[in-house]
Amino acid sequence: MRRRVAVVGAGITLFRRRMLETPKELSFEASKMALDSAGLTLKDIQSVVSGSAPDAFDGVHMKGEYYLDGMGAIGKPHERVYVGGGTGVFTPIGGWWNVASGMYDTCLCVAEEKMSPLHPHPQYAFWSIFDQILERPLGTTLLWIFSLEMRRYMHKYGIKEEEIAEVAVKNKGNAIDHPSAQLGARITVSDVMNSEPICSPVKRLDVSPPSDGAAAVVLVSENVAKKLTDEPVWLDGVGWTLDTMHWTNRDLAYPEYVEKAAKMAYRMAGIKNPRKEIDVAEPYDPFDYKELHHLEGLQLAGKGEAPKMTVDGVTQRDGDLPVCPSGGLLGVGNPIAAAGMMKICELFWQLRGEAGKRQVKKDARTGVAQAWGDLMQVGTVAVMRS
Amino acid sequence: MPLQVGIVGAGYAGFDSMTPGLSTRELMFEASSRAYEDAGIDPRRDVQSFICCTEDFWEGISITDEYMPDQLGAVLRPLCTVSSDGIIGLATACMHIMSGITDVAVVESHSKISDVLNPSEITSFGFDPIYTHHHLDADPRFLAGMEMARYLKDSATKREDCAQVVVKNKKNALSNPRGVHGANIDREGVMSSPVAASPLTELESSKGIDASIVFVLASAKKARRLGDHTVWVRGVGWSSDTPVVEDRDFGWAHYVEQAASRAYKMAGIGIPASYFDLAEVDDTYSYKELQSIEALKLAKKGKVGKMLSSGVFDRDGRLPVNPSGGSLGVGHLLEATGLHRTLEAVLQLRGEAGRLQIPRAKKALVQSWRGIPTATGAVAVLSN
Repeated sequence: MRRRVAVVGAGITLFRRRMLETPKELSFEASKMALDSAGLTLKDIQSVVSGSAPDAFDGVHMKGEYYLDGMGAIGKPHERVYVGGGTGVFTPIGGWWNVASGMYDTCLCVAEEKMSPLHPHPQYAFWSIFDQILERPLGTTLLWIFSLEMRRYMHKYGIKEEEIAEVAVKNKGNAIDHPSAQLGARITVSDVMNSEPICSPVKRLDVSPPSDGAAAVVLVSENVAKKLTDEPVWLDGVGWTLDTMHWTNRDLAYPEYVEKAAKMAYRMAGIKNPRKEIDVAEPYDPFDYKELHHLEGLQLAGKGEAPKMTVDGVTQRDGDLPVCPSGGLLGVGNPIAAAGMMKICELFWQLRGEAGKRQVKKDARTGVAQAWGDLMQVGTVAVMRS
Repeated sequence: MPLQVGIVGAGYAGFDSMTPGLSTRELMFEASSRAYEDAGIDPRRDVQSFICCTEDFWEGISITDEYMPDQLGAVLRPLCTVSSDGIIGLATACMHIMSGITDVAVVESHSKISDVLNPSEITSFGFDPIYTHHHLDADPRFLAGMEMARYLKDSATKREDCAQVVVKNKKNALSNPRGVHGANIDREGVMSSPVAASPLTELESSKGIDASIVFVLASAKKARRLGDHTVWVRGVGWSSDTPVVEDRDFGWAHYVEQAASRAYKMAGIGIPASYFDLAEVDDTYSYKELQSIEALKLAKKGKVGKMLSSGVFDRDGRLPVNPSGGSLGVGHLLEATGLHRTLEAVLQLRGEAGRLQIPRAKKALVQSWRGIPTATGAVAVLSN
């Protein structure tokens, strides 16, 4: 039967536009830091789960095989789990089933991403995510489809670009306090509004940057956790859902797949009223409107109501529901899989009260992290408790 | 800890060198429809986890899970990719069931190699981008040639034994309706076929075919309510040796030994050599079957060649190995290769293997390897 799973260590590298370290080396650094913080060595680890987004970034086929020695997986059972942009939060979910099932007692979960090898720009990897027959001939890019989604969200609920820009201002400001951050900055709504349009209504400062980086956590079973630490953080709920490949056929105003994934995780964690029971949230924010979209999918805001919460300051670090206290992808950076894992690391530190200058004001006991990806199609959700 | 997860449904489509009439998604639809019918389930109601084992470069699509939900009946349900061989997908399904996420899980994997214009080049992209990838012009099987040479040097296995594996497997495949590369040939014919990467010849190197394979797995409790042909997964294990090919021991398949020891421990097997009624093991290349049999502890070190030539591994032998014809006789299925071996074993344990049937087969071993340039493999122990 299901066993309770604890997070006992976390590690993260710098997030930067171009790192000199190879994917193996980035993985090593994050893994070492996570193991050190848990007071464990590689010998104590029984299995390894890794996550990384498209092989097209590195140009390495079977990337999971290539980097596995960097995370110490030689001679161990290693599996690479993969749900596009949702991979970061899904990687610890993979670790969760390694431990919760009773298969292994200790599992190292590592998410690594090196987007910079792709020239002239990492966005080119996304050309190959589209249907070969129906979509690629249109020369579609990711920014196109997200601008459609942002436009639809604004149209349906009457949301202004300025309200959405508040998210970028908050997250980039929060990131100033994150030692790994790539784009921490004090900016204003008018900075966002006046930034260069990339694909209207998406502007430069609405978007997270391409990044290199890695992040890792150590998961253990309850009896191991009790021997290691007095303050484990429990991974009490996990959920994931994929919607249809036909993204053109659904209403882009609301992420139903996030709702389903969140309900799966909340049910597992015994959460009945998420808005009351969740103290801190790290929803996926590759674009500023996505944070709002995802808060609604996570049942932390009513449909179309997340912008008002943001404008009212509810989602600030000292607010009633701090959202992306880390600085999120907009501020810390977006090495895709590693960015999702960064959110898990942030909850670990927030729930242990070890987030330093980023520590939220309220006494945070329960947190939720979420990532999103594919063709605006997948939601992955993790609920953590101290 | 004893593992008890049931394989309650199996379905497949394809098994041809080309499937021009069906897209990858259509192959998956056909295979999954048959598996759901076989298990007596409705995917939209009964399944809380779908797992696809694919690699982007083989699909020609980045983030291939995007295109998986619809044809599997998995829209708005938990689905994920495990970028690995299908047996690791089966292991993942077992973990999902054991952790209570679902009591029914679906595992799919496929090969649509006939759509791939440049399979050798794609394989070469698996090499280390800094140290090894500059051999792009070379046939990536150079690594298999080197490994075979080292294995022949380190073990008591003879060159002719490797050719005998091909003779056996291609002959077995002639009786298999899924066998695309079945043939009646002799050792001389195998060894005199064109050299792929010395000493490995073309006939010793399996050829890619198209197929999709789907399994439905269920918890013990649920399996008892689903049909009467359940095959039980008793143990699983998987492992990886170093990705740095220069550092590897080419003579011994450590990843197989490690994966097997985990699976055997889980299934409570003390002496594997006398435990199984049949084995479907990796034969991507001729020598791999013999190297794997040794690492699986199905033969004493140095005895595998003699056992092969005395007929122990024949279909009517004491321990039939690849009675289906394996990858050499049926064809290679990329990441679905492990599921192919599992499929052949499941049909045997159900007594549905037709002309291939091994009488009174009760326990089977399946083992896979992810291919060049990896040293990753998985093992599953099955019983009826």
